[in-house]
Amino acid sequence: MILTVWQLDVTFASGTLAGVTDGMPLIAKVATSVSKTAAALSRAAGRGDGSVIGGWIGLKIDPDLLAHLASGRAVALVSGTNGKTTTTRLTAAAVGVLGRVATNSFGANMPTGHTSALAKEGHTPFAVLEVDEHYLPQVIDQTRPKVVALLNLSRDQLDRAKEVAMMAQLWKTTLAGHPDIRVVANADDPMVVWAASSSPQTTWFSAGQRWHDDSFVCPESGHPIERSGGDWWCTGCPLRRPRPQWVVEDEGVIDPRGDWHLVKLQLPGRVNIGNAATALAVAGEFGVRPIEALPRLSRVASIAGRYAQVDRDGRNIRLLLAKNPASWLEAFDMADQAPTLLSINARDPDGLDTSWLYDVDFSPLRDRPVLITGDRAFDLAVRLQVNHVPFRHVNSFDEALRSVPPGRLEVIANYTAFQDIRAELDRVN
Amino acid sequence: MSTESLRIVWIYPDLLSTYGDRGNLLILARRAADRGIPVETYEVRSDQRMPNSADIYLIGGGEDGPQALAAQRLLADGGLHQAVNQGAAILSICAGYQLLGHSFYAKGAKCAGLGLLDITSDRGETRAVGELRGDIDPRLGLPPLTGFENHGGRTHLGAHAAPLARVTGGIGNDGQTEGAWAGKILGTYSHGPALARNPAIADLLLRWSTGADRLTPLDDTWSERLRNERLAAASPAV
Repeated sequence: MILTVWQLDVTFASGTLAGVTDGMPLIAKVATSVSKTAAALSRAAGRGDGSVIGGWIGLKIDPDLLAHLASGRAVALVSGTNGKTTTTRLTAAAVGVLGRVATNSFGANMPTGHTSALAKEGHTPFAVLEVDEHYLPQVIDQTRPKVVALLNLSRDQLDRAKEVAMMAQLWKTTLAGHPDIRVVANADDPMVVWAASSSPQTTWFSAGQRWHDDSFVCPESGHPIERSGGDWWCTGCPLRRPRPQWVVEDEGVIDPRGDWHLVKLQLPGRVNIGNAATALAVAGEFGVRPIEALPRLSRVASIAGRYAQVDRDGRNIRLLLAKNPASWLEAFDMADQAPTLLSINARDPDGLDTSWLYDVDFSPLRDRPVLITGDRAFDLAVRLQVNHVPFRHVNSFDEALRSVPPGRLEVIANYTAFQDIRAELDRVN
Repeated sequence: MSTESLRIVWIYPDLLSTYGDRGNLLILARRAADRGIPVETYEVRSDQRMPNSADIYLIGGGEDGPQALAAQRLLADGGLHQAVNQGAAILSICAGYQLLGHSFYAKGAKCAGLGLLDITSDRGETRAVGELRGDIDPRLGLPPLTGFENHGGRTHLGAHAAPLARVTGGIGNDGQTEGAWAGKILGTYSHGPALARNPAIADLLLRWSTGADRLTPLDDTWSERLRNERLAAASPAV
């Protein structure tokens, strides 16, 4: 199979790569071209969107391929537990004011995905990359970014992910070794503020934070963290909320000069105004002004199926992805008071453990008809009973569709459950 | 009961609440309320005094640092020891289970535990992650245990503690036994909301605390479906 890929590639490579690989070592040129070909093959074969396989093969041939591809571009990295994919998409749109941007907008957020994204886009002056929290140190080393955005840190798949405090420590150590990087960080998350405190140049944003359960205890001193209104401070050491330069207020954002800008988005919920504020702050580090970027942000309608709306059989289906307790709370905030389908799996990408269901308060759903499905629907059923939320179990997405009257159906699902439903809807983007 | 209401304390949710531990408080309260038993619940943070007069205490899982801190504070406070002497019941999970013993390891150092259970814990060579299943001590008269475990500890029982269960899937204490119990104190590596899959353990705690021989049965259709699914998932491959 690999041989076939190589043979195809030789005939395919020469014309398409001018500009991307100029000045690269030969091995990197070969790796780039194979990577692009494999991605195209994967898409053509209907086996995937090509966002991982190409990078995987390219990196096998040239382990430094990501560094070679990133060289010469102004790079921004976006990392955190929640909002990475949406913020990356919005940031790429905002930086696009200045010129072409390469980005991994399908959420393939490990080095294979970054490599594929850069190889596919060809030479661009800018790159905005979503980065899995665990891979941030490695991707910083390889892409030498101008800006790193740190969104938030909360519990997420603890059966395999690093615990929250360990992740914050990893970031802190990494940033201490890269004082030249401009950090754009969330002032409302004590874990993020502590992680970013090792960087000499930080721009702070405030987008509000609904989830506080992972930052009761100061990561520096171990003392309790007190909160009042939007403010927070450690009771045992100097760590406290820094004054943010970018602030979400009402339906808009205040910039560092103190000007308020209305943020009109197609994406629902206050959390996305926060994501837009973060995108504006990152783009601001590249010299983009909010007034230039905002029209571009308003054109983003959905991201790899998230927030997508599909009409079928008289039902208007809207897809909301919720991967962990913090993002479930945000999804309830975004969803209309309409029939709601919840779908839960616990496959490898989701984490095998469903305990987090008890970290989510489902009571906001008591005022609407609730349907449940997915591999782990029984876990959800027990949780909803304890929470006094009436529900009905359905065995398939089609059954759910037939069970609700014409009109809006909100679908809230965790990662693989979301992908299953997206597949039912012809992989809607 | 020490007062008219059943009083349930969740110990240090600011330190020990790694994953869904709140579930045990919610489930106990719900199962009591459904039987018409009045309930008061208290979440006691680590900067507050530990009351000594509640009926049931819950202590959950956590990272190494908070686990060591919780043990220090509970030792210094003394309220939990007084409560046990007055006949209170405890459900302890994972890190909370370890710290009830004589000693445990956190961040590579041996730490003094509360000595309320005759157990000691150290580190295993591998992390135990996955479905856990066991046959519960027949003296407790409960159906099989099902849970999800995620811990690096191994626990050794002394003469004054009995295994909560014999392992039939997963690791538990050491691959043979899982959890421990003595008097009205229960400990398990079945992490997070262990009672969601084991409502019979919730009812055992309620019976101990109310003195009732039996409780009104509840409709546990969904719990039973969940239990059957998870017990099957933990079966060794045939």
